[in-house]
Amino acid sequence: MKNILKSIAALVTVLIAFTSCNDTKKSDSKSGALASNVAEKVYVAPGEHDEFYAFVSGGFSGQLAVYGLPSGRLFKVIPVFSQDAEKAWGYNEETKPMLETSHGFIPWDDAHHPDISQTAGELDGRWVFINGNNTPRIAKIDLTTFETTEIIEIPNSAGNHSSSFVTENTEYVVAGTRFSVPVPQKDMPIKDYKGNFKGALTFISVEPEHGHMDIKFQLIMPGFDYDLSHPGRGKSHGWFFFSTYNTEEASTLMEVNASQNDKDFIAAVNWKKIEEYVNNGGGTMMPANYAHNVYDESTHMATSTMKKEVLTVNPLDVPGAVYLMPTPKSPHGCDVDPTGEYIVGSGKLSANLTIHSFTKMLDAIENEKFAGDAYGIPIINFDDSLAGVVEQPGLGPLHTEFDDKGNAYTTFFISSEVVKWKVGTWEVLDRQPCYYSVGHLMIPGGNSQKPFGKYVLAMNKITKDRYLPTGPEVTQSAQLYDISGDKMELLLDFPTVGEPHYAAGCPADLIKPRSKKLFPLEENNHPYATKSEADTKVVRDGNTVHIYMTMIRSHFSPDNIEGIRVGDKVYFHVTNLEQDYDVPHGVSMIGANTSELLIMPGQTETFLWEPKQEGVWPFYCTDFCSALHQEMQGYVRVSAANANTPLKWSLGEDIE
Amino acid sequence: MLLAAILPLGLFLFPLWKITLEAPQYPTPLGMYIYINDFADANPHDIKNINLMNHYVGMKYIPEAIPEFKIFPAGILITTVIGLLIAFKGNYKWFLYWFILMIVLSSAGLYDFYLWEHDYGHNLDPRAIMKFTNPDGTQMGFQPPLFGSKDILNFRAHSYPRLGALFLALGIGTSLIAYLVGKKSYKKSLEM
Repeated sequence: MKNILKSIAALVTVLIAFTSCNDTKKSDSKSGALASNVAEKVYVAPGEHDEFYAFVSGGFSGQLAVYGLPSGRLFKVIPVFSQDAEKAWGYNEETKPMLETSHGFIPWDDAHHPDISQTAGELDGRWVFINGNNTPRIAKIDLTTFETTEIIEIPNSAGNHSSSFVTENTEYVVAGTRFSVPVPQKDMPIKDYKGNFKGALTFISVEPEHGHMDIKFQLIMPGFDYDLSHPGRGKSHGWFFFSTYNTEEASTLMEVNASQNDKDFIAAVNWKKIEEYVNNGGGTMMPANYAHNVYDESTHMATSTMKKEVLTVNPLDVPGAVYLMPTPKSPHGCDVDPTGEYIVGSGKLSANLTIHSFTKMLDAIENEKFAGDAYGIPIINFDDSLAGVVEQPGLGPLHTEFDDKGNAYTTFFISSEVVKWKVGTWEVLDRQPCYYSVGHLMIPGGNSQKPFGKYVLAMNKITKDRYLPTGPEVTQSAQLYDISGDKMELLLDFPTVGEPHYAAGCPADLIKPRSKKLFPLEENNHPYATKSEADTKVVRDGNTVHIYMTMIRSHFSPDNIEGIRVGDKVYFHVTNLEQDYDVPHGVSMIGANTSELLIMPGQTETFLWEPKQEGVWPFYCTDFCSALHQEMQGYVRVSAANANTPLKWSLGEDIE
Repeated sequence: MLLAAILPLGLFLFPLWKITLEAPQYPTPLGMYIYINDFADANPHDIKNINLMNHYVGMKYIPEAIPEFKIFPAGILITTVIGLLIAFKGNYKWFLYWFILMIVLSSAGLYDFYLWEHDYGHNLDPRAIMKFTNPDGTQMGFQPPLFGSKDILNFRAHSYPRLGALFLALGIGTSLIAYLVGKKSYKKSLEM
């Protein structure tokens, strides 16, 4: 009996020991100090502001999403290349011209790589540029209004992917073609690709004060695929680097045929030299046809102009301007460190990262250490520009950005991770998994001389089980890591709009103070603007009717209109008379074959209504503007096509 | 006394009064400066937006100009001229008369301001969109305070004098000091 008691006592002691041991482990892993610490790092209290803006590309959504970091909160989706019924982008008469191209009106594109303008190699927070990949275009977004104000089409280009990266004083925004094509386009057999197709690298000048874009020149390169690019900076300012694949010049079963060469190239372009050449009359003017669309903030309207020629440059005509640096296995990213010395090539199919040295490249050029040429362009000996190799850091390297402490961060698509390594020693310091299959990553300022190395944002292509399921189509995502310490730490995982191909981040303080609150009414130069209720009117010109309408809390003026006839083209030109922050009004008309308008204070917008039936048809405000929002409505009387109902309008009294 | 006469001219440079309206939807409060000859926005478009708010309860628009904008500057100029004449010609007793004149005029001005405020806050459009009554059933008024702070529906209204009023007060105060100093030195001269 004693023995039994003893053994029970022993057993109980052991069990207690185990139990308490288990308890300790649980509290460590779940409710420990660490977890709450992570939450605090991304918690931005209600009413407080994030430290950074992140402009995240929408990929196949065609738009650009604006998030705050570290919270991951979505503030706005800026319509760029795709029609957006919410904001009437591409639906109202003012912005339809923004989506014009040489192929006509195109309501969509594939938006890839945002990049923020720079001054002296640092972010200046004035504009974001982003490329449309499918129908090659570059857009400029003004960061005082967060609206797209300019889109330029790129001729002789296809799959505008190695874009839209800016030089260190925003002298140029650069757009490289991913698909080589006949230049100029012509009817020819596809099998004759090799040697006949060309790849255009386009340098678009940016006027320093207003940012107006203009194609300065196109460098007509051999028919490779130009995948990504980045500017030189600091010591390498004046150069631009482009990664290439398909140096095999294949045109079919590319996944195999474009993956045969052991090395493709990073093309180094001395744009300063070419700029000097064209400034001295060099280059060949070639007939072309491309749209240049500009939105004028003063008239609140866009105009589209078709340009008819483009200046092209044959690289062989500018000796010393273009060199090729062999880089293993179809490099994707082509990233320049903050000092401008190192150019990192991420060979997608290579086990290693290849880093070129700008200094060694110049030396190799000086001493003509060439391994031959491609279509007359010198190929530098692989070893003579090589600075080092990051050995076996992961599988499927794609893209690298840099912090302000001499570290680099590279994404690996296949092994689904971010790897931190040391620039100069090439040793791997840390790795963190991504969920899943990361594409690009972004450090605010990570593509400039002055990175803000506090966070890295990884953008994932696949999420599978990471969120509540939404049927077969699930969200893409971004993941935020703290990189302020030696080891990276995953902080946040948030869904994105469309597919985030790349992002540009910027300290909020550079942008926030310049963000406009409203458009001054007295500066509104819209040809159909109505600046007071006394000036409202309805004007008939044949079958076209122009309604000069105003809106202010909480009524339209006029709100009763008679004398419209079936078959008329009725233009509602609506001016928001408000001059208060965050008081937009909307307007929509029953049966109008277009979107609503969402009009900011001081702005004028126009929609077209073509009434098809007699009757009395209401319109109303679509933005909950005020306590009397529900009363903000009006009627239009539509008479038969041959009726004689007189044209009348009123507010606050019955139409006589 | 010279100083006393000149100081009220500061009213032409600086606002006399400021009314500020705070509400949750206005993280930057709406505000209006009252100058001796003008109403001015504290931030751009504030008066327009105050009018927009007030039309819901039937208050009148704040006028572009009121007769006082002509009378008050004239009054200040006249009293300044009188003050200057006294400063150069008059004896200390006149300093006291000027002081009393200014107190009377300023009080009249304040009373006028109160009357305007009262009318503005109580003389409401019978077709007002929203009508509010006090607990006792009388019509609720929206008169901002003459001096101090007050809750009016969702707004908290503040009404305080500004730099211009300070200049006026300093001028008036200085004339009183001038009188006292003048009186003292006059008595001294009598004793000697």
